[in-house]
Amino acid sequence: MVVPSFGLLAQSILSGIFLGGMYGLVGLGLGLSWGLQRQINLTHFGFVFLSAYLCYQGATVWGVDPLLSLIIVIPVFFGIGVVMQWALARFRISAFNSLLVTFGLTVVIESLIQYVWTADFRKLHSAYGEIKFTVFGLYVPLPEFLAFVVSATLAVGIWALLRHSDLGKALRAMAEDAPIASAFGVNERAISLLLSGTCIALAGIAGAMFALTYTLTPTQIFSWVGVVFAAVMLGGLGNPLGPLLAGMIIGVSEAIAMTLFAPSWAPIVSFSLLILMLLFRPART
Amino acid sequence: MKAFAKWAAAAAALTAVVGLSAEPARAQGGKPIVIGSTLALTGPLSATGLVHKLTGEIYVDDLNKRGGLLGRKVEWLLKDDQSKPDLARTLYEQLITADKVDLLMGPYATGAILSSISVAQRYNKMLISHTMGIPSLAKYDMHFPAWSLGPDPATTVPTTAFDAVAQAPKPPKTIAIVTSKFPSVHFLSLGARDIAKKRGLTEVLFLEWEFGNRDFGPIAARVKDAKPDLVWSGNIGLEGNMLLEAMKKIDYTPPLHIHSYPAPGPMASAPETDKALALTIFEEHPPFTNNPAVAQFVRTFRERATAAGMPYTAVETQAAASYTAWQLLEAAAVATNSLDDKKMADWLKKSQVPTIQGTLRFDRGNNFGDDLMRIKQVQNKTWVTVWPKEYAAPGATIKMP
Repeated sequence: MVVPSFGLLAQSILSGIFLGGMYGLVGLGLGLSWGLQRQINLTHFGFVFLSAYLCYQGATVWGVDPLLSLIIVIPVFFGIGVVMQWALARFRISAFNSLLVTFGLTVVIESLIQYVWTADFRKLHSAYGEIKFTVFGLYVPLPEFLAFVVSATLAVGIWALLRHSDLGKALRAMAEDAPIASAFGVNERAISLLLSGTCIALAGIAGAMFALTYTLTPTQIFSWVGVVFAAVMLGGLGNPLGPLLAGMIIGVSEAIAMTLFAPSWAPIVSFSLLILMLLFRPART
Repeated sequence: MKAFAKWAAAAAALTAVVGLSAEPARAQGGKPIVIGSTLALTGPLSATGLVHKLTGEIYVDDLNKRGGLLGRKVEWLLKDDQSKPDLARTLYEQLITADKVDLLMGPYATGAILSSISVAQRYNKMLISHTMGIPSLAKYDMHFPAWSLGPDPATTVPTTAFDAVAQAPKPPKTIAIVTSKFPSVHFLSLGARDIAKKRGLTEVLFLEWEFGNRDFGPIAARVKDAKPDLVWSGNIGLEGNMLLEAMKKIDYTPPLHIHSYPAPGPMASAPETDKALALTIFEEHPPFTNNPAVAQFVRTFRERATAAGMPYTAVETQAAASYTAWQLLEAAAVATNSLDDKKMADWLKKSQVPTIQGTLRFDRGNNFGDDLMRIKQVQNKTWVTVWPKEYAAPGATIKMP
């Protein structure tokens, strides 16, 4: 174990917080879909990357600002989510089978991305990437900061919506007991379509932030599954704040492990946390 | 007399191989020669697998234009191993037993190569591999590496690298060694650690990360804190870019930084990667392109890579290793006038074969010969070889930020 300087430790923790924000953003829609609809929708990861590639295409080929491209991406992805939910309901796909079906769809999305953009690496070089500022001597890169702000704003906004609006109450009632909620006038079908559309639209937003921060390659889709699953499960299914907070815990724990010990210890941290949670808090999952 | 015969055969092979499209087409008769192989056309290694596919297609097209192999047309039977070594094993078995191919060509990446070697060994087939990264594991005596790492790259490659940085305007005295635990990278970094110590470089930091690491912020911060003169970054694919991006975010540029196997396109094009050093066997400049046939290959590769929508269209290590593999196969068949695996393997073991990356021989440990690794640097968004001097681009020397 090394004793780092305060600056080194603080910079590393900040890096972990930003990474946690990305875990939370990618996991937000997945956790909502899993917790409120009982669907483990793996296409979420595929749509994050599809959105990232669309933003890349928009910025590099058509010169569209990656954030402006969300004006198109959000409604289109919302529509895709609605259609997907309609199909899953139409064919009565069970919660477990949704895992298999959406895994297959994710492979299709990966193949589509590879067909259009090839398997090679793609990097969106935008003006955002060049901007960073310092706070108390710590470097804050704009893309990561932006992703964190978006992640936190969405998580808090959706939490407030679920907690304080009629729609949110209906969603939570549906998650508790759909037949009883229907008996009280909750339109389960319409709410499911709305929720599914929103979750995929959230994936679209996550994709834009992802494109600003990371280099893209289609096969990366699956490398995010494990740690985002850990964040979603640690945070609690259906809780919009959960993936963000859990993501930050994982990100910061990994960063501290990298700083105090060795970077190769980082993956042990996130999955050890998940195992401990499963052992001591089984009721949350 | 024996020596003369050996050189005469090599010269014949050289004429056939390096002459390439300059030679007029001959009549192609008889059944086509089928060469079977797999490549990572999908999966995590597919970005590089596609480079090998394109190179093979260009070579086979050109070979057929020149009259084929031994007067027969060549067909390349290529299967997708999906970047999975276990699938590569099955497919090579299939190529030999069901497809009954005449010759084998190796796959891409060390894991798949090891799988294919085991199958080739079982059927006594010769196997030429593109990029076998760990020579000590390639024990089959009819396996021939087209990537000229030498039998002990953990010693020779860092030696070349440190010789190169000793020529820098301000030679390094301290070193940080940070490395991925990816197998073919990790052992090189451990070798670099030993060689650095022997050469009197003071190690100020040693870090390892798991392949697939997403957060390079803490690693960058620790390197910045250690203030090394030289960063040896044992990385593969995008890891080097991710590390340099993380360094840029904290306003840090290392004085000298050398990367083992970075993705060439992203590493050449990003603003923060300028002056990055890396290992290479071939770059698109003289003396490598002095041969007109090689220059033609570079042009054709660029055209077809552009048409295929590949973002990086330059010929470098991967394409050169792949091209070399095909050159070796053709040279062995022409020199022995045969498709007999044993005869071709025996010839390769005794011969020195001129290729796109230099002259290869296979008479040392596990059929590896000389270490032909060189050092390149990103200068104005282009890779140029800077060491050794005889392979450096005209006028190119190591530059520092």
